[in-house]
Amino acid sequence: MHPAFSVILLTTLIGAGQGLFLALFTGQLYSSIKLIEAQGADFYAGGSTISLLLLIAGLGASFFHLGRPERAWRAASKWRTSWLSREVIVLPLMMAVVFFYGLFHYIGWTEPFYVAGGGILPIDVTLVLGFLGVVIALALFVCTAMIYASVKFLEEWHSPYTVGNFTFLGMASGFMLAAAFSAYLGNHLVGFYGTWAVIFTLLALGTRTASLLRNATLKHKSTLQTAIGVRHRQIVQKSQGFTGGSFNTREFFHHQSPEFLKLVRLAFLVLVFPLPLFLILISYVLQSPTLPIAAFLVQYLGLLAERWYFFAEARHPQNLYYQSIA
Amino acid sequence: MTQLALVIDLNVCVGCHACVTSCKQWNTSGWAGPMVDENPYGADPTGTFFNRVQTFEVGSYPNTETVHFPKSCLHCEEPPCVPVCPTGASYKREDNGVVLVDYDKCIGCKYCSWACPYGVRELDEMQKVMKKCTLCIDRITDQSLPERERKPACVLACPTSARLFGDVHDPDSEVSVAIRERGGYPLMPEWGTKPANHYLPRQKTRMHISEDELQRADNPLTKEDITVYTGEETIDDVTW
Ligand code: SF4
Ligand code: SF4
Repeated sequence: MHPAFSVILLTTLIGAGQGLFLALFTGQLYSSIKLIEAQGADFYAGGSTISLLLLIAGLGASFFHLGRPERAWRAASKWRTSWLSREVIVLPLMMAVVFFYGLFHYIGWTEPFYVAGGGILPIDVTLVLGFLGVVIALALFVCTAMIYASVKFLEEWHSPYTVGNFTFLGMASGFMLAAAFSAYLGNHLVGFYGTWAVIFTLLALGTRTASLLRNATLKHKSTLQTAIGVRHRQIVQKSQGFTGGSFNTREFFHHQSPEFLKLVRLAFLVLVFPLPLFLILISYVLQSPTLPIAAFLVQYLGLLAERWYFFAEARHPQNLYYQSIA
Repeated sequence: MTQLALVIDLNVCVGCHACVTSCKQWNTSGWAGPMVDENPYGADPTGTFFNRVQTFEVGSYPNTETVHFPKSCLHCEEPPCVPVCPTGASYKREDNGVVLVDYDKCIGCKYCSWACPYGVRELDEMQKVMKKCTLCIDRITDQSLPERERKPACVLACPTSARLFGDVHDPDSEVSVAIRERGGYPLMPEWGTKPANHYLPRQKTRMHISEDELQRADNPLTKEDITVYTGEETIDDVTW
């Protein structure tokens, strides 16, 4: 498939935005039961603003993917059958939750109205909203991933690993960003978020490696034989019916050499997994305020490569019909 | 229920592209148009087509066979391109099974093209909406046309009658009979899309000639048998 930059940016940006929100809420939950140091409104409001900006940037990028962005509102109508439609509904919901979550923290609606668990867990409006946000963030990961995983013709994507990858990679980058944000503010949560970022990065490493291994030995269902229905072991296309390109030759091919693909794969395997982990560990040892930021940026760069490879790796059966120009 | 479809006879298709050009002409000037061409006279021409004729070579020299292979939307009975459309722009008509795109609703997200294994949907680069074969819906449903012209443009244009059009759910239709009696098959059956369009396989035309057809036994011009018989039993004795 042709890796479209709009979609690469959309999926990586909103992934980090959702992950950051999940990180903020995890922090709030831990601090409300006094496991970690409580943070002021600024931390949550600031973090929510960054998360919201990432979500907005992702949405903005997605419009460049549409031929007719002015009609984008129509995309909410077929949520019963289309994962794309479901994403179109859940993304604004996510934005709304993040917005109000940050706002309520900012205006200080954090007085508990109920204390659950025998006086251990004080519940306030932001906690309820945050919990709702967790559900929505996870649902959004599933919707985004299922857009790809549900297309059975793209066999490289048609697996539960795709959902695992989108979710864990998004969470990893979000928690990494939370660590970077904490380091920037100079609070004591760098280690807390850093640890979670390491955990999610390792989980993502597991699912991503599994999907790479699966795809390395994948045998495609369709062949030239089934494509034209002729039973012979040797069939070659002599003409695809036109000399110039068409939508079919642009949208479904990455037009890059196999060596370049290998290079991108190597790049993301290094940039997403070992390098940020190394940086975050060093920053923990050195108590550095800048290294977590570098760790997030390196990982995000790696995620761009990862998403590019994700698209380029998938081979669509229609390509069987577009092999030869002459 | 009616399911309109094409049946394409690979045995007689000569790869002349008459269906390609007539399709483009009819549809670019009709309901589905315009089907824009970019750089039509430049180095890298590109444009929207609903129908393409491709050519494949089967086997290796000298035992090769050339297969000309016209390809357009197959109007699948289980169209995977329809449920993925987020806007409902892609739909399958209840009354005749034709799969269509509502150009006023399509947002050009291209998702449907990913969900079609046959590569027959093309995004129009000027209108920025998805396009594909309509089976000439504006023509086959036009009651003002005489009955014999209510057929897709490609079918009318084909000089070898390689394209048959009709209802594949009616067992007695020309297309159903052709599929049944001449081995019509669907493309990529492994996906369960149940394409309505079918293809008729190529058939070798063979003549069997035996020895006695080359040598007429009762040829009046062959020389008479001049063997001299001397009293032995002859064939005449046995038969009479
Ligand atoms: S051939 Fe492709 S576009 Fe046409 S109905 Fe089937 S899946 Fe949809
Ligand atoms: S490109 Fe148009 S027809 Fe295709 S899925 Fe998107 S909105 Fe539907």
